[in-house]
Amino acid sequence: MALLTATRVRHYFGGLCAVSDFNLDLQAGELVGIIGPNGAGKTTVFNLITGVYRASEGSIRLRDTELVGKTPHQITALRVGRTFQNIRLFRDLSVLDNVRIAHYAQVRYGPLEALLHLGRYRREEQRIVENSRRLLSIFKLDHLAGETAKNLPYGSQRRLEIARALAIGPELLLLDEPAAGMNPNEIDQLMEFIQWIRREFQLTILLIEHQMKLVMGICERIKVLDFGETLAEGPPEAIQSNPKVLEAYLGEGPVG
Amino acid sequence: MKTRWSVGWEWLMAQRWLLPVLVAVGFVLAFAIEYDLFNNEYVRGVAMSVGIPEYTLEYTLFNKYVQLVMMYVGINIILTVSLNLVNGYMGEFSLAHAGFMAVGAYTAALLTQKVLPVAAYPGLFPLAVLAGGLMAAALGLIVAVPSFKVRGDYLAIITLAFLMIVKSVIENIDTIGGPRGIPGIKKLTTLPWVFFWVVVSVWVVRNFVYSKYGRGVLSIREDEIASDLMSVNTRRVKFLAFMVSSFFAGIAGALFAHLLQFISPRVFDIIKTTDVLIMVYLGGIASIGGSILGATVYTVLLELLRPSTVAAMLAWLPAVALDPLNEYFIRHLGVWRMVIMPLLLVLVMLYWPRGIMGLREFRWFIPRRDLEAHHRQHAHGGSHGAAHGH
Amino acid sequence: MSEGIVYWLQQTLNALQLGSIYALIALGYTMVYGILTMINFAHGDVFMIGAFFCFLAAVFLGLPFAPTLLLAMVGAALLGVTIERLAYKPLRHAPRVSAIITALGVGIFLENFTLALAPYPKNIPPLLEHVTWNLGGVSLSSLQVIIILLSLGLMFLLDYVVHRTPVGMAMRAISWDKTFVPLMGVPLDLIISVTFAIGAGLAGAAGTMYALAYPVIDPYMGIMVGWKAFISAVVGGIGNIRGAMIGAFILGGVEIMVTAFFPSTYRDFVAFTLLMLLILVRPYGILGKPRTQKV
Repeated sequence: MALLTATRVRHYFGGLCAVSDFNLDLQAGELVGIIGPNGAGKTTVFNLITGVYRASEGSIRLRDTELVGKTPHQITALRVGRTFQNIRLFRDLSVLDNVRIAHYAQVRYGPLEALLHLGRYRREEQRIVENSRRLLSIFKLDHLAGETAKNLPYGSQRRLEIARALAIGPELLLLDEPAAGMNPNEIDQLMEFIQWIRREFQLTILLIEHQMKLVMGICERIKVLDFGETLAEGPPEAIQSNPKVLEAYLGEGPVG
Repeated sequence: MKTRWSVGWEWLMAQRWLLPVLVAVGFVLAFAIEYDLFNNEYVRGVAMSVGIPEYTLEYTLFNKYVQLVMMYVGINIILTVSLNLVNGYMGEFSLAHAGFMAVGAYTAALLTQKVLPVAAYPGLFPLAVLAGGLMAAALGLIVAVPSFKVRGDYLAIITLAFLMIVKSVIENIDTIGGPRGIPGIKKLTTLPWVFFWVVVSVWVVRNFVYSKYGRGVLSIREDEIASDLMSVNTRRVKFLAFMVSSFFAGIAGALFAHLLQFISPRVFDIIKTTDVLIMVYLGGIASIGGSILGATVYTVLLELLRPSTVAAMLAWLPAVALDPLNEYFIRHLGVWRMVIMPLLLVLVMLYWPRGIMGLREFRWFIPRRDLEAHHRQHAHGGSHGAAHGH
Repeated sequence: MSEGIVYWLQQTLNALQLGSIYALIALGYTMVYGILTMINFAHGDVFMIGAFFCFLAAVFLGLPFAPTLLLAMVGAALLGVTIERLAYKPLRHAPRVSAIITALGVGIFLENFTLALAPYPKNIPPLLEHVTWNLGGVSLSSLQVIIILLSLGLMFLLDYVVHRTPVGMAMRAISWDKTFVPLMGVPLDLIISVTFAIGAGLAGAAGTMYALAYPVIDPYMGIMVGWKAFISAVVGGIGNIRGAMIGAFILGGVEIMVTAFFPSTYRDFVAFTLLMLLILVRPYGILGKPRTQKV
């Protein structure tokens, strides 16, 4: 069954067409990659799915729910988690709070219970703390729970961002260049790790990446964007040998 | 390296049971001072029989002036803690606080003057105060709406405009006194009531901050878009933050009106907001402990610099030394204290740009669950951490 | 001319006079904001000090108009630079709000320091011969003409300096980027000082003209005028020099027109309501550019 369906999505910034005629059919449990040169509209696609921008035309559906027109927090509450190309942690807050904040939509207590610390407040807070610590320990960050996020080394910040996205409890996880700034060794680890969280949390993953090694290594299907248009789509082997792709994108450098 | 002082402080902060005890003692003291129990023969007898020396019970210790200062400190704590919610925790720059205060003050004053028979039933006073708070909270909702769209300096201007509009509207309604204001308000604000509302405001704001909404407020300060994308309903969080903040500003206004016994639109102008801003940033942003400290230090310092206070404090000096001081320095202090205070503020900002306790908190105010969750791996102390050291 | 038109012209003239004074002060706010993204809340009080310098020069030194104006401008400029060096420079890397609170503190200090030295409001002697022309029913005083022309002159001069001279280019470059532009040899501290000097100097000129137009001055006169000038800068799009001028004339116009048609006590209410609506419709001011955030 299709988890996410995008049909004929277009988006304009002023007169500039950033995404044109974008179609996507993402099955539950799939791991799909989006590649393309800089400015091809990859991050814009993520922003359209998560509601940061409202698509100018077309429809994006999560199962049976139309996402176009919903606000980011409504879409996120439908269990769509994401990370950012340039890390966007809550820098001055603690590592634990970064993860706890992402539980917002799942926490079941109202303003009055929050103001008086009564009712479901205690139970729910306990649950969030436990879940957050569990996630942090999976990412080997639990000993840093009280640390300020900005003081973490780069790699830990990347991991914390994924942990925070998982705290939403996502079915669909959008990873925006998870391997940026990593060395080949770290990329190998990241590939294993993505596979592992996919199984462990039963995720459907859509990822943007420039590192061909990672994309070709773990994605089941790849979509190539260029100037807002879909250039090609298919399994890694087909993409690697697609002449149009080679010309527009892979031709620029060696296939890693 | 830990000094003896910091070890002592750590130990003190670990004694969490002290906080409720202090609150209870505070209540008892507030009632005792208000109802003049220190002058009661019976109370004196009991106190002296358990060994409390008589001079500590001297009435002058809590004379009317000191009581008044204590009440101002209390009202300023309520104002500072509540403004810190928007300006410190949420990171906006609201200038509307005096406006909310005005709304609370006028609502409560009109109720006690014209509607509620408080002369016969003084017990109705809290109703008037509560009404003032609710009215201010309702207006807080209106100010929250622009904050969905506008941020930073532009929101600051909108809140400033709101303050000016409130003032202008009051000036133009003749039935509530217009620019002349309301004179002759009954003095219903008492030390126990002020103390009660200080405890309530600190408790509620602290509860709010350590809930999902409070963490939402913090995440909005850090990165609003990321916050939205982490499922935080930013509009709802802003509504709540503005509502809680303006509610307590209204409460403070109501208490203020029934202490000063006279209000007019000029009492609640931009200078009043500036006072509260200074207390917030002096104490430190995003810190309840800092707000209490900032409000207390600022209010008490201003009072200590009054000529009469300084003269009284220096009265132990021999006349040879005191008289020349009296002649030049102390007599002109009334004017110069308002020159000294802003200079002190600038100096504090230069050496402590985040205020005295910016982004830090007394551990007494942090829920035990939060402390433990952050520090479970080294349960035997260790005070470093994001917002949790001192 | 019909009575209606005469009335309108008269009010427009008054609006131009008030607007030029707001504009001169608003420029200081907007220049400092442009270069440091800092709101210099002490600026309104620098304007007040300018008026007091005018008083000193006119009464104690007995100077005529031109030297008085010059002295007020130079005095205010020196004050502006001193404040920047002592109070703001150490805070350049501190949280933005610390600088704002420091500015508020400096403002309160200036007000009360002046109050301590001059407890009573001061009267400014008329420095200019008062001539009133009557142009078909519209009365035009020499003072009005001088205020409007002089302000416009200063504004054009500033616009020229900022857009056509090397100093202006350096200012614009620094407001664009404070990390790399100094690496290319632009003297950061000097340019910031020059910005403060120009802004404060214009406020000094505004103080002098305000004092001549409304000749009773007191230490708190800068608060309300300062806030209104700040509002003008925001309405025009803070950081934008031409915007500040436009915003100031809009605010001056609105205030005069409201007073012309409603009881004067409604002035602030209408002016601030309009301001609020304008910001809601155009959150970045008239000439300001929206800062888009990349996700």
